[in-house]
Amino acid sequence: MSAPTAEKATLRDGFAVLGVAIRREPWVFTWSTLGSVLFGALTVADAWVLGWSTERFVIPSFEDGELKPGAAIAVIALFVGVAILRAVGIVARRLGAGIMQYRMQAHYRRAVTRKYLELPLAWHQRHPTGQLLSNANSDVEAAWMPIAPLPMAVGTVAMMVVAIVQMLLADLVLALTGLIAFPLVIVVNVLYQRLQSPLMTRAQALRAELSEIAHESFDGAMVVKTLGREAEETDRFAARAEALRDVNIRSGRLRSVFDPVMESLPNLAVLVVLALGVQRYLAGDSAAGDVVTVAYLLTVVAFPIRSLGWLVADMPRSVVGFRRVSAVLGETGQMTYGEASAAGHGAGPARLEVADVEFAHPGSGATDAEPEPLLRGIDFTVEPGRSVALVGPTASGKSTLTSLLVRAVDPDRGAVRLDGTDLRALAHGELAGAVALVPQTTFVFDDTVRGNVALDLDLDDATIWQALRAAQAEDFVRALPAGLDTRLGERGTSLSGGQRQRIALARALVRRPRLLILDDATSAVDPEVEGRILAALRDQAEAAGHAPPTLLTVAYRKATIALADEVVYLADGRIADRGTHQELLARNPDYARLVNAYEVELEPRPVAGSGEEER
Amino acid sequence: MSAPTTGTGVDTGEQIGAWETIRAGIRHSPELREGFAVTVAFAVVATLGRVVVPIAVQQTLDRGLGSDGRAGDLGFTVTMLLVATAALVLTGVASYFMTARLFRTAERGLATLRVKAFRHVHDLPLLTQNSERRGALVSRVTSDVDQVSQFLIFGGVIAIISIGQITVATVVMLFYSWQLTLVVWLCFAPLFLSLRFFQRKLSAAYGVVRQQVGAMLSAIAEPVVGAAVVRAYAVEARTQRRIDEAIEANRAAATRAQGLTAFSFSLGGVSGGLANAGVLVVGVWVGVAGDVTLGVVLAFAFLVTLFVGPVQMGTQVLTDAQNAIAGWRRVIGILQTPADVTDPGADGAPLPHRPVDITFEHVGFAYPGGEPVLHDIDEHIAAGTRVAVVGETGSGKSTLAKLLTRLMDPTTGRVLLDGIDLRRVPFDSLRRRVVLVPQEGFLFDADLRANLRYGRLDATDADLLAAAEALDLADWLAGLPRGLDTRVGQRGESLSAGERQLVALIRARLADPDLLVLDEATSAVDPELEMRIGRALERLMEGRTSVSIAHRLTTAENADEVLVFDRGRIVQRGPHDRLVAEGGVYGRLHASWVAQQGR
Repeated sequence: MSAPTAEKATLRDGFAVLGVAIRREPWVFTWSTLGSVLFGALTVADAWVLGWSTERFVIPSFEDGELKPGAAIAVIALFVGVAILRAVGIVARRLGAGIMQYRMQAHYRRAVTRKYLELPLAWHQRHPTGQLLSNANSDVEAAWMPIAPLPMAVGTVAMMVVAIVQMLLADLVLALTGLIAFPLVIVVNVLYQRLQSPLMTRAQALRAELSEIAHESFDGAMVVKTLGREAEETDRFAARAEALRDVNIRSGRLRSVFDPVMESLPNLAVLVVLALGVQRYLAGDSAAGDVVTVAYLLTVVAFPIRSLGWLVADMPRSVVGFRRVSAVLGETGQMTYGEASAAGHGAGPARLEVADVEFAHPGSGATDAEPEPLLRGIDFTVEPGRSVALVGPTASGKSTLTSLLVRAVDPDRGAVRLDGTDLRALAHGELAGAVALVPQTTFVFDDTVRGNVALDLDLDDATIWQALRAAQAEDFVRALPAGLDTRLGERGTSLSGGQRQRIALARALVRRPRLLILDDATSAVDPEVEGRILAALRDQAEAAGHAPPTLLTVAYRKATIALADEVVYLADGRIADRGTHQELLARNPDYARLVNAYEVELEPRPVAGSGEEER
Repeated sequence: MSAPTTGTGVDTGEQIGAWETIRAGIRHSPELREGFAVTVAFAVVATLGRVVVPIAVQQTLDRGLGSDGRAGDLGFTVTMLLVATAALVLTGVASYFMTARLFRTAERGLATLRVKAFRHVHDLPLLTQNSERRGALVSRVTSDVDQVSQFLIFGGVIAIISIGQITVATVVMLFYSWQLTLVVWLCFAPLFLSLRFFQRKLSAAYGVVRQQVGAMLSAIAEPVVGAAVVRAYAVEARTQRRIDEAIEANRAAATRAQGLTAFSFSLGGVSGGLANAGVLVVGVWVGVAGDVTLGVVLAFAFLVTLFVGPVQMGTQVLTDAQNAIAGWRRVIGILQTPADVTDPGADGAPLPHRPVDITFEHVGFAYPGGEPVLHDIDEHIAAGTRVAVVGETGSGKSTLAKLLTRLMDPTTGRVLLDGIDLRRVPFDSLRRRVVLVPQEGFLFDADLRANLRYGRLDATDADLLAAAEALDLADWLAGLPRGLDTRVGQRGESLSAGERQLVALIRARLADPDLLVLDEATSAVDPELEMRIGRALERLMEGRTSVSIAHRLTTAENADEVLVFDRGRIVQRGPHDRLVAEGGVYGRLHASWVAQQGR
């Protein structure tokens, strides 16, 4: 079968999943099972107490026509004692099952999220967010659902063994007759499992789809709203919600048959035992007490048999959930890191070397054919402390190139080197200690301003404020209700695009990187603010007595470009030209057209006023 | 761009009481009520099945085995047992119908609730204001609803059966002996009385659990949604630590709630033991006086079991109910969060199809609990005008765009299009006539064709190409190796930010609006292409009204009129040339722009 989740879930698979849990939490399992066995034993003991009380207290009292206080107290003590011990068993069993279930959930959630952090970005791009969230949430939950009834079921088996032995000892024929119900119970369970598992597989997949649709749709809320597509989006969601509903109803119908059948089987057995018992009693083959004992024991085990049924009923969903989670855990292709270290901040600006790099986006549409390379033969060096502007038309590969420089992806051919060391040879975290990227689209963590800027660094407030000031974010952060400790993203505390970008900028600046990469990082702020940010960048380095970092800027604004020592002009995924801004303006007409577009536009309409004509 | 604000969050529903939640839940999912009486009738019959065996045992004891002092009667026993078998089959069938019906109504009702909540999330203002908590919103229409469904079905079945069984057991017990019935009830009285206490405790505990689930989902979303940033800053360890903390908090809360559940559940059994002893002792006492028979006393032992089961299951249902109600509350909380922007629907006045004129009538706006970001905007924009809106970051430009497209309503004053208050324009008319192209070009994980057609659902490939042609973007489309079949990836991330903006523009072109509002719609596109698009847009907007917000002042230079924003007010208005001559805020912005151009 193609997908692992498409396979049928058998009872054996269900027990195998439980086996994983038992091996991981043997002690909690033992403890809760002991609680369950205690409970079971005491349930049987209850029958014994009832029998004892009947023989030693009820019948003699009726016969003698008087109530014996001593015996009465013994009866009360026995019943209450057994009941309290049984309560202890219940607490041990249920609390144990809960501890085990939630530990397993937590354990697998940790494992899955670790995997998410390990797997390369390309893998993330291939998998919808909603699906990944569903794997870590509802699939994990489904996988460990049968742990709740597990100790009960195990205890039940122990209890059933005791009860069955008692029954057999009481009256062999009656007991064997009553026990006919048991193989039938097993047959019904197996049948149920077979019919239910494909429905459960489908339901779990639909749950993931629902989560995917909701996530994407909420993500694109702005587009949905501005184009008035709420109804279409709702239809898209409703189609899946209704499919899930129908599958659940079908699976429910099956369960509606299963439950009463499971419940009736032992009850019918009791009736048969009673009929046969009376007949045997009248024929003198059975004692009246034994008939009652066997009948009572059958009713005692009837309820636990249902708990076995619950265990089995949860299994198909569990197996499906476990498989979906295991599929994530089994993913390989994590990014590998070397041993080499890179100098951190303070060591002066870094040297960046891009050597003959070629890169094709793995998910760029051409799924069947060989993907068209997005970058080809990219080869340039930025000497320490120099600044380079990366200029090129829309979709020429600029952002892709920046993602290679921070090793979000690795090149297919060629290498990116920092101070001569291939990025792939650097140990984990080394690159981030030296290089910071401010991407075009920013991500803000569900955390405080402080947390968003400092991330894993332990920084004092002054340092954070300094970075915020340089990023022109100081004023609006000061205006936030709790300043640095304002939680972003919670309860509608929202930032505009420009403000988010400046938080991201502060996040990069606070690290005093040796190589700073700005990917159109000021696109959401107006020219004035951008001007102040660029000035602050220069001042910050000077004020700290550092050499300014090596700087790579993706930019369209001429002021930004003109500040750079050198321009790398990218077109169609290749370096079309490189040199200073002036050189390129003079010799490359394509470049000139690109960066002068605004002025060319204005030429036929010269306007009067401040410094407009001073070109 | 708006100032940071503390806006309205989604109603978490924490303050809604349990009964109120159930009532509201049933109101939102009317299916839950459908045929409920019949389901209860089936439940009653199904419950009767529970007493079949105890009665059969008692009858067999008293008459079959003749323990009453008479001789055993096989004929009677067989007949009685056949009747009992028939009763078991009958009640089993009733049980099937009851469960199947509960499944059907619960699933249908919850599908409705899910879809309603989904739709309502789209009607809420917060989605456009707040992007960080989307994971938590997703959980409301997914796992919270699942939680309720689990409870409604199994909790519903068990609750009905439990109450039914307690009732039936009591009736049967009363039939045998009122004295012993009283004993049983007295033994359970402390438990029943303490239920309210436990319910409150459990409710609080499960409230915490559901809350932690939301927090955990947000944390889990971080390495998925923020995958790129986490890698770029190598903060895997920190991210994992935060996730681990959330997971651990969730685990601890769930375990605490489970401990409480286990304890409250165990109390039923203790009461049961007490009742058993009480029945035997009091039974003997009353029996000695001759009021009850030995068989009755022994039958009571079975009946007490019949009583303990449902009481225990009842406490279990109470627990599940707390968890489910906590989830239900969260879903209902969404529905109860007012969609402050509401569709007037059929009562509204649709816009006539012609160039739109715009009137701002003393418009002010403040985010809830925040400082005003717009003050007394009072302007008229003639139909067919191309207006540019400029101003510093945070001066209120984007807020104006959102008011103009009714993503939000003004706090004071009115926005009128063609003299009609925007609040009276039905959404289907508004969204067809007025289109906003936001800065961030979000695309759905589908091919380019589907994304473009989002602008007009019945557009053919030829229409799509024509729209691209009209915007002078045909060569870009032709340059894509797979053309309209190009998969754009999640959020459109297989395309560059600039290309995503191109898609959004073609989409808007297909929608063919009478008023086009561009909010930094070409900010990520290269200057040459931007100018090309600008020229194309100019042709296209001929005879229509357009409002463009831009940092690049070229847009302002080409517009008929410029509105200059400063700290939430319009401080200058007029054509570019005049404003430059005037100086002021615009003069400063312009000088800065010119300097930026390195001229």
